[in-house]
Amino acid sequence: VITQSAAAMSEALVKGEVTSTQLTQAHLDRINDVDSSVKAFLHIDAEGALAQASRVDADRSAGKKLHPLAGIPLALKDVLVQEGIPTTAGSKILQGWKPQYDSTVVSKIKEAGIVILGKTNMDEFAMGSSTENSAYGPTFNPWDLSRTPGGSSGGSAAAVSAYEAPLAIGSDTGGSIRQPAALTGIVGVRPTYGAVSRYGLIAYSSSLDQAGPFGRTVLDTALLHDVMAGHDSKDATSINGAFPDVVAAARKGDVKGMKIGVIKQLQGEGYQTGVQARFDESLQVLASLGAQIVEVDCPSFEYALAAYYLIAPSECSSNLARFDAMRYGLRVGDSDGASAESVMNATRNAGFGHEVKRRIILGAYALSSGYYDAYYGSAQKIRTLIIQDYAKAFSQADVLVSPTAPTTAFKIGEKSNDPIAMYLGDVATIPVNLAGICGMSLPAGLADEDGLPVGFQIMAPAMQDARLYQVGSALEAALVSQWGGHLISKAPALGGSK
Amino acid sequence: MSISYDDVVAKYDPVLGLEVHVELNTESKMFCSCSTVFGGEPNTQTCPVCLALPGALPVVNARAIESTIKIGLALNCSIAPYSRFARKNYFYPDMPKNFQISQYDEPICFDGYVDVEIDTDEGPKEFRIEVERVHMEEDTGKSLHVGGATGRIHGADYSLLDYNRAGIPLVEIVTKIVPGTGKYAPEVARAYVAELRDILRGLGVSDVKMEQGSLRCDANVSLKPMGSDVLGTRSETKNVNSLRSVERAIRGEMIRHAELLDAGKKVKQETRHFQEDTGLTRSGRSKEQAEDYRYFPEPDLVPVAPDAAWIEELRKALPERPSLRRKRLKQEWNVPDKEMAAMVNADVLDIVEATVLLGADPTKARSWWLGEISRIANDKEVSVTELAITPADVAEIVALVNKGELTDKLARQVVEGVIAGEGTPAQVVAKRGIKVVNDDGALMAAIEKVCSEQAETAQKVRDGHIPAAGALIGAVMKETKGQADAARVRELLLGHLGQNS
Repeated sequence: VITQSAAAMSEALVKGEVTSTQLTQAHLDRINDVDSSVKAFLHIDAEGALAQASRVDADRSAGKKLHPLAGIPLALKDVLVQEGIPTTAGSKILQGWKPQYDSTVVSKIKEAGIVILGKTNMDEFAMGSSTENSAYGPTFNPWDLSRTPGGSSGGSAAAVSAYEAPLAIGSDTGGSIRQPAALTGIVGVRPTYGAVSRYGLIAYSSSLDQAGPFGRTVLDTALLHDVMAGHDSKDATSINGAFPDVVAAARKGDVKGMKIGVIKQLQGEGYQTGVQARFDESLQVLASLGAQIVEVDCPSFEYALAAYYLIAPSECSSNLARFDAMRYGLRVGDSDGASAESVMNATRNAGFGHEVKRRIILGAYALSSGYYDAYYGSAQKIRTLIIQDYAKAFSQADVLVSPTAPTTAFKIGEKSNDPIAMYLGDVATIPVNLAGICGMSLPAGLADEDGLPVGFQIMAPAMQDARLYQVGSALEAALVSQWGGHLISKAPALGGSK
Repeated sequence: MSISYDDVVAKYDPVLGLEVHVELNTESKMFCSCSTVFGGEPNTQTCPVCLALPGALPVVNARAIESTIKIGLALNCSIAPYSRFARKNYFYPDMPKNFQISQYDEPICFDGYVDVEIDTDEGPKEFRIEVERVHMEEDTGKSLHVGGATGRIHGADYSLLDYNRAGIPLVEIVTKIVPGTGKYAPEVARAYVAELRDILRGLGVSDVKMEQGSLRCDANVSLKPMGSDVLGTRSETKNVNSLRSVERAIRGEMIRHAELLDAGKKVKQETRHFQEDTGLTRSGRSKEQAEDYRYFPEPDLVPVAPDAAWIEELRKALPERPSLRRKRLKQEWNVPDKEMAAMVNADVLDIVEATVLLGADPTKARSWWLGEISRIANDKEVSVTELAITPADVAEIVALVNKGELTDKLARQVVEGVIAGEGTPAQVVAKRGIKVVNDDGALMAAIEKVCSEQAETAQKVRDGHIPAAGALIGAVMKETKGQADAARVRELLLGHLGQNS
């Protein structure tokens, strides 16, 4: 049952072939079997999950009208606060903190009757692309346990890839949903900035952060996306308008007559041979389905990475200031006579990891008097140029495409000591965040040289998230029929019963 | 060594700069829906947003924006069609986010002015204070340092934090430098803060209680040698919690600066704290190394872009300017300058006007509020508005006196009763059995009794020594428990003793 899509599980629940309690227990068993090797979860809330499952089962027996995803289990990235459930954002500084409130995303999924299995591992405060920066140790890629699942939402991606959950939620500040989805052979979507409330999403970079869904199919991802999106008066940057029907788009799956723009700057040199090959083949598939492939030029993308690594650290240097030992989380050095200042210093020194400190220092520097214009100011100008590049490109194409990441999953430790190499892995995903638009990664096959999954990225203008699902679904259908099943079914078996 | 104020202003020209922080009286905080009521139990008016729990986000209070625009309009400012919030980054335990949401290079209101009038040796003179900007920000929490002698952070055993105040909307009103006030600098500063307070109160946007901190003034002072164009180094004095303190603090700083300069020393650029007891300032944080607040646009909030038509609506709805109102009331009530100033200083103008509007004669209304009621308020060390007596009560008492149902003396008992919480004037009159004795028979009985008891004095009056009647009248009043009409007693007494008046 656990290898089914969420949509299939939903049908089985509706037909009464399975109960949510059974479904939830099956996933808890799977977690019990394989998570000691995958390490996707930081906290498993078996009790809460089973309680929610039995509520849904009771409601179903009582004939109440339920959401299609009611009773379906889900893995939640530890960056979203959930009342009473330990939430750490992968950091030691929040060890032991139990939130006093639910994030808006959590409220919405609870309301839909979705069952939260637990909190998943992540790079500390979502800073990283491999989940190796978690204070609680790395997560391992279910396709090859010696490799990273990508990051920062590596725990969520690995959980879905390893059948520990059919659905998961991640957050994407520079590619943190799309890149791990690509590296673990599943589907991940970063919605339009402002489409999903950030209330209760522990902030890394406020102007770039956005929570989004993971699934093993495009339709599953759309079903979860639909639950998460919507206006929220608690988030001033939340969009108040008509939201696109992503589920209908995923069911439609048609590219006939659509113009698909290939971004010149996001392919070729620097992209692994097998990644480029699967990308090119996917383009041919789309063309065979009736899409028109055009090439678009986005010259400012060259500076996207540099701009991102100024804006995100700048915002994080301020966002992470609240972790000061005064009200919650870790407190270090609080001995007799210690001043508040020395406690703050000692706590932050002990509680933050290297990458977090690196970015705080970088950001504080970029914002400091005398350097602001040269760094933060210039980065904002590049951001404007990238938005203009996209506007021009979208005047020539309905969606834009690229490989999601330049490489397949890399070895644990391979890039840990080379931050620049690690940062370069985000080159294709970052422009979407800087422009506040939406993007999807879906499986495009396995690279010949290493047999690991390759991600295909689709980008659409703000609030045109439905286009991602329409194109993604069409491509998925064609590829699945070519492969004779979803790519994920080709993953090697893990220890447990599959 | 010491230098007199006259010597200071003969030699130096003061330059002022005033920053006033105003707590708005919105029901909820600047960025969350927590209550802003003053004096709640510590940390009972908090939520994830104002405690800066991970993941919480600010949302701007629309009423606070409206209030700020009203303030800007009342101070003759331009209103920015587009302005942004910015983060001011610094660590302090009573600031939950360790940054303050403020406005930096894009304030919502800018370039205004306030005219104030003060008495000078040459008669009343008007000074124009130019306003550089009016911007919105949020207040911090409060630290309570326990142990140690000073109640300050240094030497304290531990500190307690109360976040009820964290996130209360603050408006900061910053003047441009104010030159050319000469020896009147302290009075001009006081008049400016008083005028601001009256304007804000008139707008109804703040409680403007300096003693509760809802209006706080930081005074920047520098001196330059007479005739020089070069500005001196300034000090910034905080903790100035009354109008009188504004004046004292500036005068004190002028003298302190002059002493330093005369001794060939330099004035340090620093924050100083005003000491209410001594009237002096003590050194606080040095500002020689400018702090780097790493301001940047607040990414969690969208820009403020008020609709032009809405701004015009607010402009049209502005109340009468306090200085104009004072002129109008002075004329309508026909009050001499000195009396008008006394009312303004005692802060009873609003309450007197309210009493007059309820039908009381302006002179009587003024004399009650400024006299008996102010005296009681002083004794209790509260302001008249905090007493349990309202303009309606005073108007009722004035009416009872006019109808002859109360004498002035009885009316004072009624005022006391109302303030003591015994009810409305009518209720106090009923409860205490207060009534004017105007039964001539009863009065005559009392007069006869007194005259026989004090036969010697009565004889003096009979002999034509009228002033001696005072003692007899007093005794009669005592006999009738103060409830008699003194004028009638006098009439009857003099008649009784053969002195027809």
